[in-house]
Order: sequence, then structure tokens, then C-alpha cells
Amino acid sequence: MEPVVTQTEPAMVQTPAAPVVKPIVVKDLTLGYGREPILTDVNLEVEPGEIVVIAGGSGCGKSTLLKGLVGLLAPIKGRVWLEGLEVTSADEKVLSQVRRKIGVAFQGGALFGSMTLAENVDLALADTARLSKAVRQVLVRLKLAVVDLDGYEEYYPSEISGGMQKRAGLARAMALDPTILFFDEPSAGLDPITSAELDQTILKINHALGTTMVVVTHELNSIYTIAHRVIMLDKSDKGIIAVGPPSDLRDKSTDPRVSNFFHRRPRN
Amino acid sequence: MIHKKDMPNFQAVLQGEGGARTLSLSGRLDVYATDLLVARFQQITSTAGLTSLTVDMSEVAYLDTGGVMALNVLQQQAAEAKVQVALQGVSQQAQGMMDIIHYDELKPMPPKPKRPPGGFVGAIGKGTFELIADVADVISFVGTLFLALGRVIRRPRSLRWGDTELYMEQVGVDGLPIVGLISFLLGLIMAFMSAIQLKNFGANIYVADLVALAMVRELGPIMTAVLVAGRSGSAFAAEIGTMIVREEVEALEVMGFDPPTFLALPRIVAMIMMMPLLILFSDLLAISGGLVIGVTYLNLTVYGYVQQTLGALAVSDILLGAFKGVIFAFLIGGIGCQRGFTAQGGAEAVGRVTTSAVVAGIFLIVVCDSIFAVVQYYFL
Repeated sequence: MEPVVTQTEPAMVQTPAAPVVKPIVVKDLTLGYGREPILTDVNLEVEPGEIVVIAGGSGCGKSTLLKGLVGLLAPIKGRVWLEGLEVTSADEKVLSQVRRKIGVAFQGGALFGSMTLAENVDLALADTARLSKAVRQVLVRLKLAVVDLDGYEEYYPSEISGGMQKRAGLARAMALDPTILFFDEPSAGLDPITSAELDQTILKINHALGTTMVVVTHELNSIYTIAHRVIMLDKSDKGIIAVGPPSDLRDKSTDPRVSNFFHRRPRN
Repeated sequence: MIHKKDMPNFQAVLQGEGGARTLSLSGRLDVYATDLLVARFQQITSTAGLTSLTVDMSEVAYLDTGGVMALNVLQQQAAEAKVQVALQGVSQQAQGMMDIIHYDELKPMPPKPKRPPGGFVGAIGKGTFELIADVADVISFVGTLFLALGRVIRRPRSLRWGDTELYMEQVGVDGLPIVGLISFLLGLIMAFMSAIQLKNFGANIYVADLVALAMVRELGPIMTAVLVAGRSGSAFAAEIGTMIVREEVEALEVMGFDPPTFLALPRIVAMIMMMPLLILFSDLLAISGGLVIGVTYLNLTVYGYVQQTLGALAVSDILLGAFKGVIFAFLIGGIGCQRGFTAQGGAEAVGRVTTSAVVAGIFLIVVCDSIFAVVQYYFL
């Protein structure tokens, strides 16, 4: 019998094998608000499947760097590539392509208050993929199930706790199965148990899907649990002062700023 | 936004004969292909005589949640059709995805929230109860305001005069350009429209009376109040609403401050002080608008127009306009602040209370002006 090939599916497009690109490449990035730079000449490369934590004291530019990486803040100088596509390019098409490859989980979840959790997650799916409503509904529920929120589809953000809002924000960030996930202070304001659970969710997604992750946090427990590599920023240097696995930075660093941070020691 | 790259890009080929067959999958089993995959799998599981199916996934380049969902649908349908399914050649990436997505373990959807019973009648009942609660809220707020006002009269220092000055600037000085422009144009339009008729009777000079009386007694206060409700009443509601959403009002309360005294009173006092002045300014500009038409279109002299205006107006008319302004300011400022304090939820709530403040403010202005008209007719 001849093999049956369905008539409905499209012919496969043969694309040449793409050269292996690093998920995140940052070159000589200078970021700031107005003319005042907050970070100068940051260089960074992140490997596929790596969890990189951006750490440092308050006001050192952690969130600014995150904004620069995802294209929310135009750089004063320098370039950023995500999956080989330049975020810092002015081309709207490229930017829109990049944004479908990444997901950002904001500090407070940043869920839309007028929409249910299901509608929040469905937003990106409905806009991007040509899918029937029934299929989208199941996909949304699967996404919420990954962050243990199945059963809460019809709830509004104001009806659930802060930790649940953060998890729902993560589900929304994962709506299109991005290859890179960014997290802004995922543990901030959470109790230790919820915070540990969120860390486990992050690890689960990283192990299962190999998603590259960039996490902005200064919670030491979270850093030790999830980070493969820590990038430490400092206000006075306006840039990276140390890079390495968290245990190495804690035990081997000779820089007092790094060692103070990892040992929770006051500056003086 | 659909990009070319996001189009389905897979193949599903059923091979072999008889009851045991192999389904070779290749390409990207992703969210963009989910609908087609589900349809294709339905077609395959309904193949006559099929008893076991080996799904070869060795050529699958990428599997995401959508692909896992489609495979789960395949497994479910196969189970229903009593077809055994075995997956082979599952890559590490695909296995990771399948480990994390569990279609068959989804908890049941919670029931949708119930609508209020009784349909139309029920909705009227609910609306009535809400209206009564709303009116009770407003009365209670007015009571709180008067108590706070009493405290301020006894101890004037307890009012935040610095804030009051700031709001006086926002309500009064910043409002001058728009109030002036609208009033000038209104005076101009009124004079022009009436001039067309009055010119026929040689009663050109009475345009000055008409513009002055209509503006000073009625339109000046009303127009100014509507503009202030739109500019400042809405701003009060939005500011206080945002403070409620950000828990700033609760912070004030636990620090021992009384939120209505701290937040509402400076705004309302500022509005009460500024509104009569804005109304006078509006009257003046409207009369100037009329004057421009009188001089350019009706060949009146500036002196004649001004004399006619002064003759038409009594001091009591101007004072009544200013008094209306005080009452309107209390209503607009009061309802703006009261609506702000009722905000609950997020950004959406702030929008809702702002709209409500403007609508309620304008409604109260018109109702109050009607009462003034009746009182004026029978008693003054």
C-alpha cells in the first residue's frame, strides 16, 4: 500500500541548517535614562539552557539591564542579539520576530486586571497563531497547569494572591513556548514557601524545556537554588564586577563588594 | 500578527498495511500546526482495521505545548477506538515537553460565575439596591466632610494650606485659558445668533442685555462648572482612586490621619475659593465676545455696549452667579473625592470612578441649577 499523505497539511519548507547561535549576546552595551548612563560597556554571552542571575545591590542597574535586553529601553550605545536577531535594531519586523521568541515575567505579574487569567494567557496565542478557539482554550489550560493554576481560568487577577499572580504572569510569558524567559524579581514579596515553589517551577521549566533564563533577583536563597551563573553588577563601577557560579563567588571572590553581598554583610 | 515563519511546517505519513501501521511525523509539531495535527490524527485513528499504531518521532525537529496536546488527543482517540499507540524516537527536547504538559491531568474547569437571578426584574432590583447604597455612601461622605470642616473651622491650622494653594492653582489659574476661550466664544455665538433676529426690529442694542443676563445668571456658572467638573473633578477622582489602589490611603489612616480631612478637604476648599472667580472671569470674557459682535456686526459703540450691559445687570445677578459657583464647587469637588474613595481593584477601577465623577458632577450641577431656577422664580 502506498503511503498516505494528508492533503490538508502544507508541504514542508526545507530551510538550510542555521548556524548555532547563542541565545543572548550583548556587546559594549551602555544603558541609561536620558544622557546619564547607569551601565557602561556591558559584554555578555548566555549559553542555551543556561539560567543566568543578574544580581547586585539596589540601584545597580539590574532592572535597567533587563529592560535593555528585552528591547524596552533603547541603548545609549552597543548592541544586543537574542537568538541571532538584533533587539537594538530599529527594524519593527525584526523586533516583532524577537518578541515572539522571548517571554518576560514581570515583578508583580503585570496581568491585565480587566481580563481573567485564561484571557491573559490567551492574548498572545489569539494574536499570533491561527488556532480554533477550542484548541486555544485547552492550550491556555495546559499553560496554567504548568504553573499549578489549572482550575483558576475564570478568576480575575484581583481575586488571587500575589504569588499566584506571579505564576499566572509566568504562564502568560510562556504562552508561545519562548526559547528565552526573563524574570524580574520573581521572589520579591513572596513568603519563603511560595518563593521556593516558584524556584522549583523555574527549574522544572528549565530542565524539561531547556529554556534559557535570565533572572533579576537579589534573594540569595533563590540564587543558590536556580543560578548556573551569576552576573554581579555594581553601582560605582556602572557595570559587571563579577561573573561565575554562585558558590564560587561566595567562597572565592576577593572583591569585598561581592563577598559582602553573598555573606549578607553590611558595607562597613 | 501572523508571520510566514509561523505557518504550519510538518508532515504526517501513515505507512504500512493491515492492522499494525507506522505514523511517521516530521518537521515542527508546534502551536501553529495544532489545528491541522488534531484533524489529521482524527483521520488516522478512524482508519478502518487499524489495531496498533507506532508513532515515529525521530524526524520531529521541534515539539511544543500545541504538539503535545495534539499527541494527547491522538492517544485519547486511539484508546476510544481500541488502537494501541506506541511512541518511538522521541528526542530529549520532545520528552522534556511531554514531561511537563499533562493533558489528561487537567483539573475540571470551575463553573462560570452565576448571573443575578430574575433577569430584567432582578437587574432592576439589583440596580435599585446599588443606587440606594450609593446615595447612602454620598450622604455619609457629606457628613464626614462637614465634621472635617467643623474641625478646620475650630482649628484652621489643621487644614493643609500648602496643598490647598496647589489645588487652587490647578483648579483656578490652570483653568483660566480654557474657561476664558469657551466663554468668549459662547458670548460671541450668542450675540451673533440673537443679532440676526434683533437686527430685523432695530433692537441691536438689546444684544448687550441678552448676552449679559444669560451669561451672568445662567450660562456662565453652568459652563464654568461643567468645565471644572471635566478638568478638576475627574482629576480628584483619579488621584484619590490611584492612592486607594496603591494602598496610600490605608497608610494615611494607620499613621493617624483622617483621609477626608487630609485629601478631600484641601481640594474642595480650593475649588470653592476658585469657582466664583472663574465664573466672574467667564462672565467678563463672554461679555467681551458679545462686544466684539456688537461693535463689528451691529455698528454699536464700545461705550454704548458697555453702558447697556451695566444697565442690564444688577449686583445681585453677579452675586447669585458667584453663589451658584460656591455650591457647584462643593458638589463637583465633593463627588470627585467621594468617587475616588470608592475605587476598588486596579487601573480599571480608577477609570470607572473618574468617569463616574464627571457624569455625577454634571448631573448634580444641572439638578442644582434647576432648583435655583425654581427658587429664583418663586422667592426672589
